[in-house]
Amino acid sequence: MSYRVHVRVMPRSGLLDPQGQAVEHALTSLGFTEGTQVRIGRAIELELQAPTAEAATAQARDMCERLLANPVTEDYVLEVEGR
Amino acid sequence: MQRVAVVRFPGSNCDEDTLRAAARVGADAYYVWHRDADLRGADVVLIPGGFSYGDYLRSGAIARFSPVMNAVREHAEQGGAVLGICNGFQILCEAHLLPGALLRNARLTFVSKPVLVSVERTGTPFTSAYQRGALLRLPVAHGDGRYVADPETLAELEAEGRVVLRYARDEDANPNGSMHDIAGIVNAAGNVVGIMPHPERAAEPLLGNEDGAGFFTSMAAWAGPAAATHSPDTGP
Repeated sequence: MSYRVHVRVMPRSGLLDPQGQAVEHALTSLGFTEGTQVRIGRAIELELQAPTAEAATAQARDMCERLLANPVTEDYVLEVEGR
Repeated sequence: MQRVAVVRFPGSNCDEDTLRAAARVGADAYYVWHRDADLRGADVVLIPGGFSYGDYLRSGAIARFSPVMNAVREHAEQGGAVLGICNGFQILCEAHLLPGALLRNARLTFVSKPVLVSVERTGTPFTSAYQRGALLRLPVAHGDGRYVADPETLAELEAEGRVVLRYARDEDANPNGSMHDIAGIVNAAGNVVGIMPHPERAAEPLLGNEDGAGFFTSMAAWAGPAAATHSPDTGP
């Protein structure tokens, strides 16, 4: 089976996110409501082969733990889609 | 004579300066390509600065999986000295040879300028030539230099005296928002050091600044794993 996995990697909450802050300021200067909060992470799309959706999830999780996310500073969420 | 391996990744760009600084103190210094699995009898490994693999994904994240890093890990486990400079520091963190991570500078700009750092620990293979508390003016050049670690790790680094360099507090010197003004740390065993500043760019009179030369004279004087300092120096 072929699966598409959407991975979203985000800076851990509580850690300074200077990119998010800069965009926040830019939005404010564009006239959007003050107080809008922005955080910037990374989206990764994987196409992978696995016997089941569970196996695809497990594989993607392993990829995140070992490379795609830095466990020290980032959290990730997965979404698996059958093809 | 120390055998000093300077590891080259695609995208390393401080490799020649680093090799030159090592050779200048009499070391038998040579390059090791990232695909090599053999350090050829190195006593010391230097991981130079640059942008290995274009900093793709995260700085140092891909370099960590190069074949040479297995050899570096073994070398470190056997007590061999390792110094990661800038991108080298990022790689050592990604490889979990040092704790924490180096994130985008707090002000988002790439910072390239001399900064003032204090030597917080002299009991390492690379800082024994300095006096504790010595102030050095060293160049930094990085976009991802903000040292971050969880509170437990930071407490451990401080309690064990494992902060090697700190951005000096007396002149707004912290260029990147690093926690605890950290510019360099050492592992628990005392043999693996990572620093953001570039001592190799300040290591001879021609460069107009020799404040960094001590890293290399320390290295040349280092007597090997048996003599590694395993206790933090908490002296005055």
